[in-house]
Amino acid sequence: MNHSLNEHTLKAFDGDLITLRGLIAEIGGRAEKAVEGAMAALANNDHDLARQVVEGDKRIDALEEQIDRMVIQTIALRAPMADDLRELVAALKISGVVERIGDYAKNIAKRVLLIDAEQQIDAARLLPAMADATRQLVDDAFTAFAKRDADLAVAVCAQDKTVDDFYNSIFRALIAHMIENPEHVGAGTHLLFIAKNLERIGDHATNVAEMVYFAVMGQSMNERERGDDALAPGSD
Amino acid sequence: MLDNLASATTKPKMSARDVRVFYGPKEAIKGVSIDIDMDNVVAFIGPSGCGKSTFLRTLNRMNDTIPIARVEGDITLDGENIYSSSMDVVQLRARVGMVFQKPNPFPKSIYDNVAYGPRIHGLAPNKAELDQIVENSLVRAGLWNEVKDRLQDSGTALSGGQQQRLCIARAIAVDPEVILMDEPCSALDPIATAKIEELIHELRGRYAIVIVTHNMQQAARVSQKTAFFHLGTMVEYGDTSDIFTNPREERTRDYITGRYG
Repeated sequence: MNHSLNEHTLKAFDGDLITLRGLIAEIGGRAEKAVEGAMAALANNDHDLARQVVEGDKRIDALEEQIDRMVIQTIALRAPMADDLRELVAALKISGVVERIGDYAKNIAKRVLLIDAEQQIDAARLLPAMADATRQLVDDAFTAFAKRDADLAVAVCAQDKTVDDFYNSIFRALIAHMIENPEHVGAGTHLLFIAKNLERIGDHATNVAEMVYFAVMGQSMNERERGDDALAPGSD
Repeated sequence: MLDNLASATTKPKMSARDVRVFYGPKEAIKGVSIDIDMDNVVAFIGPSGCGKSTFLRTLNRMNDTIPIARVEGDITLDGENIYSSSMDVVQLRARVGMVFQKPNPFPKSIYDNVAYGPRIHGLAPNKAELDQIVENSLVRAGLWNEVKDRLQDSGTALSGGQQQRLCIARAIAVDPEVILMDEPCSALDPIATAKIEELIHELRGRYAIVIVTHNMQQAARVSQKTAFFHLGTMVEYGDTSDIFTNPREERTRDYITGRYG
């Protein structure tokens, strides 16, 4: 089936969909920026930036509400079918998922404000690379949405394994470090939660990708393409 | 097109194979094959002029009344070819009843509208049995409670929605096996429409039902199977839930999402 869609006879419907896609792009972009900002705040111990990320999450929450309202209104007024219906359902679910990504970024930023900057923990040196990989995943998921690109959506799900692998490495290193340096347990635990938050953000990016795949293809991504969730390290 | 046809295990009520309809030299239906079973309400959708009504009318030979119309291909009812010379067309139309776009009650009493078919087909040997047929038909058509105290009033004095249910009662009265509905709600308000749709649900299983509708929401609400017609061909036939969420054919998709033409 050709996925480049013609215009609707009722042009106002196209207007609604364009507005909605714009809102999804905005909320996705803001969530990605929040992850980036939170991790930059961590790297540079920048409390002002951390507070900006915490504050910025309100805008993400507001966008989620706006998207939900718009989807419900469009379903009620336009009675969408087929691709249109699937895209609206995907938009509704994606907005909820992105709101969670924003919350995780906010949580990272809040932890930056609590970590004692004097304590340099080498065991967490992989965190910036993990953050990059996670941010890229979020970016790709929204690119897939914007371009209705099912292949990119599949790639996002496959790439999530990289983020999971980072998490498992960081988990092991931090636990070992904390056992040897009990005075770092406070900061180490914050860093561990930050890694876990990034891992969850990666999972949510794959959720977005799965919804994109559903919207484009009309069926769920199969298990093989979806990949496994990160297990708790040590259980694998 | 083979996947449009029922599997060998279920015996369809009606089957059409490579049906073609010509109006003079013009081919209005270009080879349609479909099976209609008792368990599913089938909806025909498609833009004006796509042939859905023309095809519907082949199922009880209503096109016979159009002099220049010619039908090719096989259409069977319980395996019997309805276009064979041995087929009694009057009997056929009793077995395959029809409800039209505009309610068309006879200018007679409510009672006589429903009793008309059973009388001409000799279905009721006496007045008591005829009374029973009229009552049962009106009950099944969901009209009994509204008209039981005024059965001698004229059928044309009823509201549009009531008139359409009277026409359905009239079709039911001769105990048909198949009911064809050609846009039965297009002249009705939303409440009357909902009553007809509810009635279709209740009649499902007792009769094979085929409904032509321009209202896609209606097709989605009342049918289990949907066929999309376009330019005289049946583009896609499948489960209604699939057709409206994930159609296989681009032309179907464009039509149901409002991108057609």
